[in-house]
Amino acid sequence: MSATQTRHPGLNLGSNHQSADDRAETEVFGFWVFMMSDAILFGLLMATYVVMRPNTNGGPGPHDLFELKSIFIETMLLLASSVAIGFSHLALKHEDRPTKMVIWLVVAMALALAFVGFEIHDFLKMAGKGGVPQASGFLSAFFALVPLHGLHVSAACLWGLAILGQLARYGLDDGVKVSMVRLAVLWHFLDLVWIGIFSLVYIGGLA
Amino acid sequence: MTDWGFPFGRLTLDAIPLSDIVTAHGRTELLSGITGSAAAGAAVLGALVALVIVTWKGWWKPLWSDWLTSVDHKKIGIMYIVFSFVMLARALAEAFVMRMQQVVGHDGGGIVMPEHFAQLFSTHGTIMIFFMAMPFLTGMINYVMPLQIGARDVAFPVLNSVSLMLTVAGGIILMVSLVLEPFSTGGWSGYPPYTEAAFNPGAGPDYWIWAVTLSSLGTTFTGINFAVTIYKKRCPGMTLMRMPLFTWTALCTSILMIFAMPPLTIATALLALDRYLDFHLFTNGGGGNMMNYANLFWLFGHPEVYILILPAFGVWSEVFSTFSGKTLYGYTALVIATMAIAVLSFTVWVHHFFTMGQSANLNAAFGIATMLIGVPTGVKIYDWMLTMYRGRVRISVPMLYALAFLFLFTIGGLSGILLANPTIDYQTHNTLFLVAHFHNMLIPGLLFGMIAGYTMWFPKAFGFRLDEKWGYRAAWCWIFGFMGAFFPLYALGLMGMPRRMADYFTGAWLPWTVVALAGAGLIVLAFTFLLVQLRVSVRDRARLAVPVGDPWDGRSLEWGLPAPPPEWNFPALPRVEGRDAFATLKMTGEDLGPPDDGYEDIRMPKNAVLGPVIGALGTGLAFALTWYLWWLALPLAALVPVVLIAQGFRRDTEKVIPAHEVRETWRAFRALAARTPRVSRRAEYTRDNRGHAIPMPQEAAE
Amino acid sequence: MRAAALRWPLPFETSMACAACLASAQAAQADSFLDAAGPVAAAQVSHLRLILILMAIVVVPVFAATPWLVRRYRYGRARGDYRPEWKFSLLFEVLAWGVPFLVVIVLGTILWERTHQLDPYLPVAEAKAPPVVIDVIGYDWKWLFIYPEQGVASVGEMAFPADRPVKLNLTSDTVMQSLLIPRLGSQIYAMKGMRTQLNLAADGPGRFEGRNTQYNGKGFSAQSFTAVAMRPGDFESWVAQARAQGLPFDEKARAALEHKGTKLDLRHALGMPDGTVVHFAAAPTALFDKIAGMKETGE
Ligand code: HEM
Ligand SMILES: [Cu+2]
Repeated sequence: MSATQTRHPGLNLGSNHQSADDRAETEVFGFWVFMMSDAILFGLLMATYVVMRPNTNGGPGPHDLFELKSIFIETMLLLASSVAIGFSHLALKHEDRPTKMVIWLVVAMALALAFVGFEIHDFLKMAGKGGVPQASGFLSAFFALVPLHGLHVSAACLWGLAILGQLARYGLDDGVKVSMVRLAVLWHFLDLVWIGIFSLVYIGGLA
Repeated sequence: MTDWGFPFGRLTLDAIPLSDIVTAHGRTELLSGITGSAAAGAAVLGALVALVIVTWKGWWKPLWSDWLTSVDHKKIGIMYIVFSFVMLARALAEAFVMRMQQVVGHDGGGIVMPEHFAQLFSTHGTIMIFFMAMPFLTGMINYVMPLQIGARDVAFPVLNSVSLMLTVAGGIILMVSLVLEPFSTGGWSGYPPYTEAAFNPGAGPDYWIWAVTLSSLGTTFTGINFAVTIYKKRCPGMTLMRMPLFTWTALCTSILMIFAMPPLTIATALLALDRYLDFHLFTNGGGGNMMNYANLFWLFGHPEVYILILPAFGVWSEVFSTFSGKTLYGYTALVIATMAIAVLSFTVWVHHFFTMGQSANLNAAFGIATMLIGVPTGVKIYDWMLTMYRGRVRISVPMLYALAFLFLFTIGGLSGILLANPTIDYQTHNTLFLVAHFHNMLIPGLLFGMIAGYTMWFPKAFGFRLDEKWGYRAAWCWIFGFMGAFFPLYALGLMGMPRRMADYFTGAWLPWTVVALAGAGLIVLAFTFLLVQLRVSVRDRARLAVPVGDPWDGRSLEWGLPAPPPEWNFPALPRVEGRDAFATLKMTGEDLGPPDDGYEDIRMPKNAVLGPVIGALGTGLAFALTWYLWWLALPLAALVPVVLIAQGFRRDTEKVIPAHEVRETWRAFRALAARTPRVSRRAEYTRDNRGHAIPMPQEAAE
Repeated sequence: MRAAALRWPLPFETSMACAACLASAQAAQADSFLDAAGPVAAAQVSHLRLILILMAIVVVPVFAATPWLVRRYRYGRARGDYRPEWKFSLLFEVLAWGVPFLVVIVLGTILWERTHQLDPYLPVAEAKAPPVVIDVIGYDWKWLFIYPEQGVASVGEMAFPADRPVKLNLTSDTVMQSLLIPRLGSQIYAMKGMRTQLNLAADGPGRFEGRNTQYNGKGFSAQSFTAVAMRPGDFESWVAQARAQGLPFDEKARAALEHKGTKLDLRHALGMPDGTVVHFAAAPTALFDKIAGMKETGE
């Protein structure tokens, strides 16, 4: 590959990881593109939700179901986990030993899992008030969108575990490094999606 | 879901087509049962014969290690195209049965029952779009694009294999639906609420949902893969504006895939939620709204038709310039036109439902946007004509298709402009006029393009040309068959005949359907001729051999490689100085090899089992979900992340091809080229053409 | 093969011309909008013609120049010059972009104007009398026409006085359908929980085929009806007769309508062995609004 080509924007590994950085060039760029496609997916689900919001079908609506307090906690947890993954990535970039990276990754995963836990708790509470997806078009659209994000977060945690497994097996090799960069991209992306959900679904729903 | 569906889920004996014969009342039901059973029998028999041959010849091992697990873009490309030919055969047969039914069903009755007819148009449409056209063009891009940009492979070779296997998995599901009925009756667009559980509780729409979902996932990955390849894997000097036009269209198509497949994935996934978990997204009651589906589907559907046509446009660009012995006219304009089409294709989706009762303003705006696409498309047509201007036009087989394309596609464009007018669409929507229009774009545009590309690049892939005599025969049959089969449909549409109609009592329609049947017969003949051509060419491969690899006096990098090219494509990444890179080299008598000390070890990706494994899981999962075999679906679904995580643990993924091996291979090739006389274009279709061409300008100067 | 290749453009052009002639000749025998019987369809035909004529500006060059180019620059017997590097001409470029663009501008202007003129939601411009309102409900696989003003309803037949336009309100009690009467004019979808509108008119008395064009299951091909434009007096007596002899719109009728079946099946269910038309003496006024949910699309 010619060195004159522009490199992908955003997260990268820097020159002290030369071989991994070269690999990351293509792989992380590819992952960005994948995120773009995923962003369309979420965008369309959000659009569907907006169109469906009035269709409560006589069932419970946003005001009956959403509680800002726990949404706020969830948001904080997710933002904090994003910060943690950021530290993890910085540690990968600037430290030779993986200890700090691992610690921050574990912190990020714990926060994200707490987020998922709160979210499930919310869903169950909603169900208790009749807020199940079968109840109305509005709730169907809600449950098509929000849990999909939660599923992504859970998958990201699973991926984190897999990376830790690879680290244990192979040490901090190029494969682990490049995976970490991609995981960080995914993590921040999910944060962004959550901001979208937070403002559109929750704030928008209660407004 | 308290019931685990063990062991058969909702599969019963009714699912076997033979049961239709047993329970038949009356002639049409009997004939319908026989048709269905024959199709199922053919599918089972075909599969069995394939298994027996592979076992008998001891091909399992090479099949597995040279093909199924291969991540070589060339082999994956070939597999895509083989797959699409198989699917084309089935969808063509179905088209023929439909044409037949519309002749014999003119007084009611006929040879297939209305519900069987509905399965036929649904599978035909679904197959032609997702499992014939898409794999064909994906295979073509896979084979050609990395060679054209001077790359050794695509950016993500393993993902490429996964994409292929996901597509094949969808195709297998469609094949299974022949044997365990029924398939969906909702057409290729699967509109709810008709496809909702309330109206179609059976397995049909579920088959459709999962087959299409598998294919759309595969296509999304393909789009990402190709786009990244083109952005990141071009050889030194291959700037964007030096890329061959086929690669440009590949880029635009990939970008469309990245953006246009998600709406389809969403549409089918939400429909699945409705059907499986009782959601109310598109249902009649419960606050559902099917108009969201229409928007999502066509937000995919319209860009999709450009995903289909752009690569064919790329092929046409290569064909016109190669067979006119001339550089492409208006390269920049063609690039701009391609991009304009790609962008505009996202702004017109509403024209698929002008009749849904929106405001006139909205309809008019989308109508005008639709017509605007005609401008860059028109420019392309004119630029191809101008490519012939001041050239030396050889009516080779691909060129014959290309010339037919110019005429026929223009007619299709004309009918498209008509349909873009909401006022006209209010009449022609849902009629055979529309069916004629889109076949008019898809057959002369896309399918002819793919066949022309297949004819052109086949010698590159296999080292021998396709027999030209049979090539011309097939081409003429395709051309006249198309006209016979579809021009009558324009008339029928204007006469008010709806699409998707199994029987009718309007006498005036009959003569036209008879002509259309004859046309369809000619098309079946054309397809047969293509098979004969393949058979004859394999038999006569010595006569048709073009080992030096440049049978058509080609212009882009791939023609400078041996036919077939080595696994690693280029002995050293070429350095490109301008457009038509190989044509320029040829004029100066150079080749693509490095200087003598320039050979280096080449690292190539090793085979991977991930693709076949994901494909198998996808097939199994789709089948289990369709028939409510929860006991099977759950473990398969759980295996997917396990397999992906295991893939992450793979480390030893590359093999090294030593420099000396590369050097020897390339030197042998150059020695062969040196021994092989160059031929003029006059000898193109003779046995003297061993793939060593005198460039047309030199020939003309003599 | 050489000889065949040389003759190639002719078969295209002849067969196309033949097809075009035949199409227009045959159209009259089927119910085609080319044989327009109302102002909407007539306007559609004239629009169609206009587009075809204007499009000739961009289409004819392709048809004319391609054979010429092939003949003149054919390898082996070329008469024109050979310029392998020739790849750009400002003049051609301006023509290639400019002419189609101008044509599209003209066509687009016409499109905008006609789309508004023929908006199915607008009353037919040429009509002089107030429209007859008909509420149309799509069932699997028949249409129910309710005449709220006249207080009758029918299946299989949509009668109206020829001197008045009709205003159809459409909805569906089942999957999406689309109502089209080619010789009168446009089609529009009918969807559950929604109301769409279609305004049509006939030039004079006559019988016109109408049908559903959106596939909706095995009875689809039988989902047709006859639109009958009647002399004013005839319409009055049609209404009177429906009132006098039509069936009651009771639970049995409703169940039979909702049952999946064609209009023939409906008659069977209602105890009338043959014929294709059913008249009801009463119009179930609230039924349409209930099914349509009075939610409008558009606007
Ligand atoms: C080559 C010969 C072909 C023949 C004879 C043929 C024939 C037909 C027929 C008879 C129908 C049903 C029309 C109806 O609704 O009444 C149909 C529908 C369709 N065909 Fe083809 N076809 C051919 C090729 C293709 C190709 C190459 C494509 C796409 C690449 C294609 C895509 C479709 C689609 C999308 C539909 C609509 C299915 C639906 O109604 O949902 N066909 N074709
Ligand atoms: Cu479209």
